[in-house]
Amino acid sequence: MSPIDASSIQLNEEGRLKHFLTTEGLSREILTEILDTANSFISTQERSVKTVPLLRGKTVVNLFFENSTRTRSTFELAAKRLSANILNLDIARSATSKGETLMDTLWNLESMYSDMFVVRHADSGAAHFIAQHITPNVAVINAGDGRHAHPTQAMLDMLTIRREKGAFENLTVAIVGDILHSRVARSQIYALKTLGATDIRVIGPNTLIPKDIESLGVRAFNNMQQGLKGADVVIMLRLQKERMETALLPSESEYYRLFGLSTDKLAYANSDAIVMHPGPINRGVEIESAVADGAQSVILKQVSNGIPMRMAVMAMAMSGQTTTRQEEV
Amino acid sequence: MSLPQPEQLLEEMASQLQSQYMQNNEDILMVGIHSGGAWVAQELHKRLKLKSELGFLDISFYRDDFTQKGLNPQVKGSQLTNIENKTIFLVDDVIMSGRTIRAAMNELFDYGRPNKIVLACLLDTGKRELPIQADVVGEVMNLKAHERIKLSGPSPLVLSLASLSTEGQEA
Repeated sequence: MSPIDASSIQLNEEGRLKHFLTTEGLSREILTEILDTANSFISTQERSVKTVPLLRGKTVVNLFFENSTRTRSTFELAAKRLSANILNLDIARSATSKGETLMDTLWNLESMYSDMFVVRHADSGAAHFIAQHITPNVAVINAGDGRHAHPTQAMLDMLTIRREKGAFENLTVAIVGDILHSRVARSQIYALKTLGATDIRVIGPNTLIPKDIESLGVRAFNNMQQGLKGADVVIMLRLQKERMETALLPSESEYYRLFGLSTDKLAYANSDAIVMHPGPINRGVEIESAVADGAQSVILKQVSNGIPMRMAVMAMAMSGQTTTRQEEV
Repeated sequence: MSLPQPEQLLEEMASQLQSQYMQNNEDILMVGIHSGGAWVAQELHKRLKLKSELGFLDISFYRDDFTQKGLNPQVKGSQLTNIENKTIFLVDDVIMSGRTIRAAMNELFDYGRPNKIVLACLLDTGKRELPIQADVVGEVMNLKAHERIKLSGPSPLVLSLASLSTEGQEA
């Protein structure tokens, strides 16, 4: 499905993570190690002193070619809680708008001795491109590229699912909404498959479901009642308003009537199903307020889990940059 | 070389802690360093009949060799209650370079300000790289350069000797 094969450049010669670009192609062992590491960072987040000294003296650059306040802030907090120095670059408003090429921007940042780039870009494959052309020993984390991948979001969702539901085997997970344009859905599907979820479903109008989606081993539904039946996890995706303008959808109210997660529709899922959403949520567009704020909602837990997850990925990628790993003290 | 029995060392440590550090009704909290130190701490906690809950430290996020060796994939996480103004009995299995203890003390201070830290180790094998000494030691052993002692457990606790040329290990 994805033409971007990042699996080979994400790992160092010892098979350890050195960039984090996509969940696709990573082994169950690596994904589980990411989850375990994030889980152990959770305990540090509950202390009065929330920082640990792992990345002390390292420089992390938040390279956001596309705006995203929440993702950028959680990466910033994660870097700070690892004791790294962080530089936020709002590229959308600076160099590239003055005509500088991506490579020139990169070379300039490398000249400032950066150790890690966190990249958000509207084009699929941007983080991958940067990882291929970057100086050795600089780690690249994908914070969302076009329609391709959003691996840290997917992994914080996996962490949330694991903490709420335990093992992934025998879980029925339904992803609802604009699957076609969603990098989050794609990254979630790869992670869920690898971690052992056996029943993964996507639900949405045909215009928003990729034609070849079932080749990923998921089942597609156009009907909430059928798709949600027996679900343990319901993941709602944000409906981007610009989709309406391109005539992929008739109207907001029509969409909400058919695919919005109301209390009534949630009742089709298992009674202990959890409701997730990567945010920002559009109340009354894809989710009813009573559901978003209800007892089954774990949306704010997802936000909390975002910080330890990003700490884990940053720490692992930074440590994977070191060339030789010795076992002796 | 014959290795000591952990049981005897534990008795010795418990009696030293009892006589030297538990006479003034202090507010004591015992903290074991994962993995070996946690096992030793569990035994000492039982023997000393401490009422406060046993705490655990995982120093993976505080190691000074992170940039050379990377993150330990088997991080267990730390579990500590309030340490403010407590007397901490910090427990490890083997003290060697002293780096683990340095990391553990750095981590402890991120939880609060203890009144006092008493360091208790099952074995002291010398080879210190930092000016850190244990207050209570089960036994002092001098190892050859390539030798390392390993504690396996939690039950039974068994000490074994390993050679670095055949098997690398952490201490």
